[in-house]
Amino acid sequence: MDKETLLEWYRQMVLIRRFEQRTAELYQLGKIGGFLHLYIGQEAVAVGSIAARGAGDHIITAYRDHAHALGVGSDPGAIMAELLGKATGVSKGRGGSMHLADVERNYWGGYAVVGGHLPLAAGIALAEQYRGTDGAVLCYFGDGSTNIGYFHETMNLAGVWDLPVLFIAENNQYGMGTAIERASAVPDMVTKAKAYAIPASQVDGMNVIEVYQATKEALKAIRAGEGPQFLEMLTYRFEGHSMGDPLRYRTRDEVEKWRDDDPIGILERHLFEKELADRENLEQIDAAVEEVVESAVQFADESPLPELDSLFDNIYVEA
Amino acid sequence: MARITMRQAITDALREEMLRDENVFIMGQEVGVWGGTYAVTRGFYDEFGPKRVRDTPISEMAIGGAAAGAAMNGLRPVAEFMTINFAFLALDAIVNHAAKVRYMFGGQMKCPVVFRAPGGGGRQLGATHSHTPDVIFAHFPGLKVVAPATPYDAKGLLKAAIRSDDPVLFIEHHTLYQIRGEAPEGEDFTVPIGVSDVKREGSDVTIVAYSQGLQVALEAAEELAKEGIEAEVVDLRTLRPLDMDPVIASFRKTFKAVIVEEGYRSYGIGAEIAARLQEAAFDYMDAPIKRVAQFETPLPYSRELEQAALINPQRVIAAVKEVL
Repeated sequence: MDKETLLEWYRQMVLIRRFEQRTAELYQLGKIGGFLHLYIGQEAVAVGSIAARGAGDHIITAYRDHAHALGVGSDPGAIMAELLGKATGVSKGRGGSMHLADVERNYWGGYAVVGGHLPLAAGIALAEQYRGTDGAVLCYFGDGSTNIGYFHETMNLAGVWDLPVLFIAENNQYGMGTAIERASAVPDMVTKAKAYAIPASQVDGMNVIEVYQATKEALKAIRAGEGPQFLEMLTYRFEGHSMGDPLRYRTRDEVEKWRDDDPIGILERHLFEKELADRENLEQIDAAVEEVVESAVQFADESPLPELDSLFDNIYVEA
Repeated sequence: MARITMRQAITDALREEMLRDENVFIMGQEVGVWGGTYAVTRGFYDEFGPKRVRDTPISEMAIGGAAAGAAMNGLRPVAEFMTINFAFLALDAIVNHAAKVRYMFGGQMKCPVVFRAPGGGGRQLGATHSHTPDVIFAHFPGLKVVAPATPYDAKGLLKAAIRSDDPVLFIEHHTLYQIRGEAPEGEDFTVPIGVSDVKREGSDVTIVAYSQGLQVALEAAEELAKEGIEAEVVDLRTLRPLDMDPVIASFRKTFKAVIVEEGYRSYGIGAEIAARLQEAAFDYMDAPIKRVAQFETPLPYSRELEQAALINPQRVIAAVKEVL
């Protein structure tokens, strides 16, 4: 991987982290309402996989969706404005943290019913197949989604119809507070995928380069006509499930062990070892990200609230 | 105009729209090789091929969600649930996704999907296969719910539903497939969604109905006419968005109303219509508004028991006589 690419990935991962750290502060201040699910710890998955997509590919994910929005290049100010419920938000203040979308960038959004977006991904992929394009759908979901009917029905349909879907399981080890071994009779996702004859492999989801390469290969297989593919990204969320998480279900030692594998730290070490960057280079990027995040917060803060008479907008296309 | 069955009217609507727009395709259980469990898509598989007439596994959650996703990304799917009872399994896909993506994402996307769902009671299919749960789906803003009662309306409304940029649930009562009526041919014919229609004029009482209830109401009206009672029968045709104007206009003329629906009375269509009527025309009310609906029991199998639970013209006639 060339230096520019790696530094750009570093920038994106730091942006996701700093952006979310600020959202946590704004949540504590009461400026962000509802639920807020942080992606911190999993940054390499979104950044590495989205970097591997082609121009005609689509992205769809669950409710832990800030990183994917930032990853596709949505304006951080518009994302922050959405979290603050402002008219300038990506979803005009109708969606909130769990429902970011940016259709112009082929980002079909975050969905908050576990597994509910999996068949949507199949349908989006069907439309590409129907039109004869080589577009594919990168469909992200948590390990917890693999126990719901939506998952099994969608895997089966994608298999039967050979749909161009890349299933990306972000296995962060817990569905809310329930460890995967306690929730899934078959805790490894690869076996579940193989039950539907979908080629699957496990990836170190803390290593952005490995994530990128695995995604690239999987998309290549889809475009070669090999049907849907499946990647299990082994990762970990450093923070709670959401902001109200008592964190009773895992030990401090376990969290610390994973923090040693911080995806940003891994990339840093790689950059230093290959002498592609020094500390000063990275600090410059950090400072630039800080400015982006601060101006996003400022933009969101200063943005107007939605007009109350817009309450009924967009329920239907044809009123 | 040719007199055709309601089944033929639906078949013709689907075929005309598939010929008109190559983005229209059909998906569902047994829609292809089998030709549709109610034979609505017989011959389509041979005519349009497996790309546009897609047999699915028995997977309602996937059918509902994949149809919605394909619609979001530019196609016009007509997804068939074998019966509306099975659409319960897809309720999340229909009401949480198809009906909400446009609003929830600030108008960035549209979801022009049609869900076709045959259903209703009266065919001895037992409790789980005989629901008339139209009101459940009509509860949610974002979805349009259409339930025609004649071949003319079925054809015109289905064509309008397929052309609509909004998600539409198209409810077909399975006892109506054989009824006959006139239906125009040709690309230009559609019936607008969200417009109620006076099916019979009269000045003594207003009967509000839709779907199979309309046929029951019209039969009752003919019987009442023999006794010199002229009922005006208004067909809702669309449950959401609900067009109350012809209902209110009729009530202001007759001052009395009976509402007929095959679903349960509690929290039903009749409850909604009655509430809206008293809000809009309280001063015109000469008698309590009556509701004729299915008795509140799971539908039994035995023919006599099942018929006893369902609506019929005699119950409508009795209700009319109570309000006169």
